Amino acid sequence: MTLFSELGKYLMMLKGMFSRPENGKMYWKEFMHQCSEIGIGSLGIVVIISTFMGAVSTVQTAYQLTSPLIPRYTIAQIVRDTVILEFAPTLVCIVLAGVIGSKIAGELGNMRVSEQIDALEIMGVNSKTYLVLPKIGAALIVIPMLVVIGAMLGIWGGRMAGSMAGIISNEEYDKGLLVGFVQYNVFFALSKAYTFAFLISSISAYYGYNVKGGALEIGRASTRSVVVSCIAILFADYILAAILLPAT
Amino acid sequence: MIDVKNLKKGFGGKIVLEDVSAVMNPGQCNLIIGASGSGKTVFMKCLVGLFQPDSGSILYGGNDFIQMNNDQRKEIRKEIGMLFQGSALFSSMTVQDNIIFPLDMFTTETRKQKVDRVNEVLERVNLKGSNKKFPAELSGGMMKRVGIARAIVLNPKYLFVDEPNSGLDPQTSGLIDKLIKEITEEYNITTVVNTHDMNSVMEIGDNIIYMHEGRKEWEGNNKEIIFSKNELLNNFIFASAFLKDAKDMRMLEETGKISNDRDMNAIMNDEESILPPDNNDAA
Repeated sequence: MTLFSELGKYLMMLKGMFSRPENGKMYWKEFMHQCSEIGIGSLGIVVIISTFMGAVSTVQTAYQLTSPLIPRYTIAQIVRDTVILEFAPTLVCIVLAGVIGSKIAGELGNMRVSEQIDALEIMGVNSKTYLVLPKIGAALIVIPMLVVIGAMLGIWGGRMAGSMAGIISNEEYDKGLLVGFVQYNVFFALSKAYTFAFLISSISAYYGYNVKGGALEIGRASTRSVVVSCIAILFADYILAAILLPAT
Repeated sequence: MIDVKNLKKGFGGKIVLEDVSAVMNPGQCNLIIGASGSGKTVFMKCLVGLFQPDSGSILYGGNDFIQMNNDQRKEIRKEIGMLFQGSALFSSMTVQDNIIFPLDMFTTETRKQKVDRVNEVLERVNLKGSNKKFPAELSGGMMKRVGIARAIVLNPKYLFVDEPNSGLDPQTSGLIDKLIKEITEEYNITTVVNTHDMNSVMEIGDNIIYMHEGRKEWEGNNKEIIFSKNELLNNFIFASAFLKDAKDMRMLEETGKISNDRDMNAIMNDEESILPPDNNDAA
């Protein structure tokens, strides 16, 4: 029952976001601010995680490919597809659920507890439209960009690790990247990125916006938003894979 | 003018406001007083539209706020300013940005006009030159004054003030009360103050509504409250020995037993001067 009640409140919040902005300029300013907060604020962690994720993929793939019959460039193929299909969209988004999700929930929770949201409402500003919509919009623009950056850095990290450890030469790696490349995988990765971006931003906004209590509740809302976002990401990951990846 | 008629509000079967009616006039400080849990905060939140009442009506200048659609409510809200208990300043913005926010959102004035207006209201609340400070750099009293400045920047017709003196020392509380009173009279605003501070009640209570268990128990002004025969109200306002003494003094004044122009220094030196000249013989 609680699940349905929470789901209902979540959908009501999303519905409530869509109203005519009181002043387009102010909303645009807030949207750009959120793009910067979400994008620039998360870039560092995405760079580090993606690079090491690709590097580890190369080393572990090489460790498992023991047969001399399999060409070395297969390592690059596997790293490329793993990074594009799963690591970049899913792993990066799970990390972003922690970074961005807790930030959004904490910010909105603090605004709720300190009556700043009430202050906006009394001024005649739709607080859902002004506070939540720009965050979701910014996440939908910026997170897929971070996923693309993450995928490129993951593949590059794999290349660096391969050549530094003497596993695979740069030429072989580059050749492997071009063999059997399926463009649809990029579409699939971006579909996942957009879905996860929406889930992360909307779920964390929901928990932050509806905080009741004080500092302790803000912390709880923050933790809960990360946990629920991660579960939602993994669930959506499976659903999207089942729907969008044709079984052969 | 705000005209409240038969307002009712409950939460999950528990009635919090029961049939509350009141008229709040412009140019007056209308105080809602009562013990914690008496329903005064819910009453105020219903008035500003943060809670939807179960029944009754709230007329702003004759128009029922409860029956209005969102667009109509937005128009009324542009005429409402509110000072929150914790000031509710946007912590990531400077004082100037906090005050300019409603102007940016709802007016098409030039940047210079807006900054001039910000300086004007900051000067009005005695905070000239604080434009670039952040809320974290301000004291409680200064934050309240910035909150007042933000609330009046759009020249509201209605000003709501929630617990203006909470967390403030008596001297700063007095200054905030004085400021609220002055602004109310200067701009002819209908001011509604939610408080349980008896100093505020005595200083600025042009119209006082005493709430008890969700009902309006008593209504009057700061001249009448001290002589009220309402037992619940007396229990509330004379909870402290100091105020009981004040009441006794006030009654002695009223009955002519002591002069209300008494000179305390003279009294300390000469006990007889406590009595008005006409009563000296009788004494």
